[in-house]
Amino acid sequence: MSAADERRRWRLAVGLALVTGVLLVAGLAAGGDGWSLGEAWRTWRGADGGLIIGDIRAPRTLGAWLVGALLGFSGATAQGLFRNPLADPYLLGSASGAALGVVLVLAAGTLAGGTFDLATANRLMELGVVGAAFVGALVGVSLTLSLARGVQGTTRLVLSGVIVGVMLSAVGDLVTSAAPDALRGKQTFLLGSTGFLGWTSCAVLAVGAVLTIPLGWRLARALDALALGVDAALSLGVALARVRLALIAALALATGLAVSQAGLVAFVGLVAPHLVRRFAPATHGFTVVASAAMGGALLLAADVLARSLIAPQEIPVGVLTALIGGGYLILLLRRRRAS
Amino acid sequence: MTALSVENVHVSLGTTRALDGVTFAVEPGWTSIVGPNGAGKSTLLRVLAGLLAPDAGDVRLDGKPLASWPPRARGSAIAWLGQPADVQGELTALDVVRLGRLPKLGLFAAPTADDEARVERAMADAECAAWRDRRLQELSGGERQRVLFARALAVGAPVLLLDEPTTHLDPPHQGAMARLLRRQVQAGTSVVSVLHDLSIALLADRVVILAGGRIRASGASDDPALHAALADVFGGAIRVERAGARFVVVPQIET
Repeated sequence: MSAADERRRWRLAVGLALVTGVLLVAGLAAGGDGWSLGEAWRTWRGADGGLIIGDIRAPRTLGAWLVGALLGFSGATAQGLFRNPLADPYLLGSASGAALGVVLVLAAGTLAGGTFDLATANRLMELGVVGAAFVGALVGVSLTLSLARGVQGTTRLVLSGVIVGVMLSAVGDLVTSAAPDALRGKQTFLLGSTGFLGWTSCAVLAVGAVLTIPLGWRLARALDALALGVDAALSLGVALARVRLALIAALALATGLAVSQAGLVAFVGLVAPHLVRRFAPATHGFTVVASAAMGGALLLAADVLARSLIAPQEIPVGVLTALIGGGYLILLLRRRRAS
Repeated sequence: MTALSVENVHVSLGTTRALDGVTFAVEPGWTSIVGPNGAGKSTLLRVLAGLLAPDAGDVRLDGKPLASWPPRARGSAIAWLGQPADVQGELTALDVVRLGRLPKLGLFAAPTADDEARVERAMADAECAAWRDRRLQELSGGERQRVLFARALAVGAPVLLLDEPTTHLDPPHQGAMARLLRRQVQAGTSVVSVLHDLSIALLADRVVILAGGRIRASGASDDPALHAALADVFGGAIRVERAGARFVVVPQIET
């Protein structure tokens, strides 16, 4: 590694640490009245300080970082694994599977001929929707893998993901046309939200991060070899079948958990690795871990903005990430065209 | 010496029969595989490297079926350089050459001083040390080819399989590549190269002529019978001429 590359990596690491630190504080301070450190201090000292900051804002802030980290990790891993810088972590069918799971749970009452009472609805929001989204994500990935007959043919895998995505979305649309009440819940899910993240979500997401990110980092040399082509990686003795299986399992788990806890948060997984490569181009070992940190910082920033921009109302965080991420990709496209 | 051979190998790619009963053993020294486009040269090299399983026939490394070798052991015994492919990512030239040590190190072990020394030597031999910190994506075709060649050298394998190693190289560097291959042979490496440049191919010790998925002829590179077979395989569109101590292949432009 050249001295210039090393400097860039240090700069990015320190920059990300500082920005994340500031955003964590901002996340604790962002509330219904907008963003204010003084107000946050008064709230903390007040009677409901523990509840508002300790049980609502803190887990939401940490949860947003963890969701972003899982998506950033998944994006970097998917882009390395599929040898495509535009690969998205949702391309294995996890997003459409999760959306269908949510729709089925929300529509279950209507389709069964009755409506939920408030308590049931609340319980479904806490358990049912999250569980259904996770199961749906895994079902989506499993369908993609079975259609692709395994993980070895990446083109077939990506194509299968697209087919499964279209099919599951169509089934979801069919269900919502039979049970229109589910439409609103589905829309909330599709827009992405960090509003439901509690300490339980944080624990689940943290376990996911611990299981997947170190695995991706450990297998990063295989992704480096894969950058030279599949045959080159095989000739270098990489057991590609096993590596692909492990990384796709990690991808499925990471995106499944992120989607189940925060809905469809767009573009973070796609943009985070691009930003890392722009600021500090490196081997996959660095890129995978830094993309997780970048994804966390991006979603944290989007969450703070979502809460503060038109307070006391909130903008769905997925809308913000789509706008910011989409804008960045347009910029990237223009730059490439210019060069 | 590491023994690598194929026996009565058949490979079909779609509806095309790429290899049709090929029997070939890698011999000490430098062997060139030549033939018209679509002759099956690259396919044969991929079968020899264990990257493509034949539909029928035997591929053996040191007497054992190649497919039964653990991937890293196979990677340590056979270094392979393919035709220039689309390279992704942000790897520098040094990162790429270091990947040559992957068969020995695996995914987890840290490189030793010996590994680093081999990487440096490979870069020096391939004359690409000057741009060690530049990204592969930023290099010209010829520069990139030299880095990828250094990656193959860094493996330190007893068998070196090269598919069009002189692609994108200018004439001085094609000559340098030939001299380097000769040095590898002197150090005990068996080299098999697929080459379109027939004049460079005739610098090898032995030439194998492939056409239509079959071996049409093979022999010493200075054998007149081989030269005749070569002209025949290319439909008389070339002729082999002596130029000092070596032979050059001249296209027949006259009608």
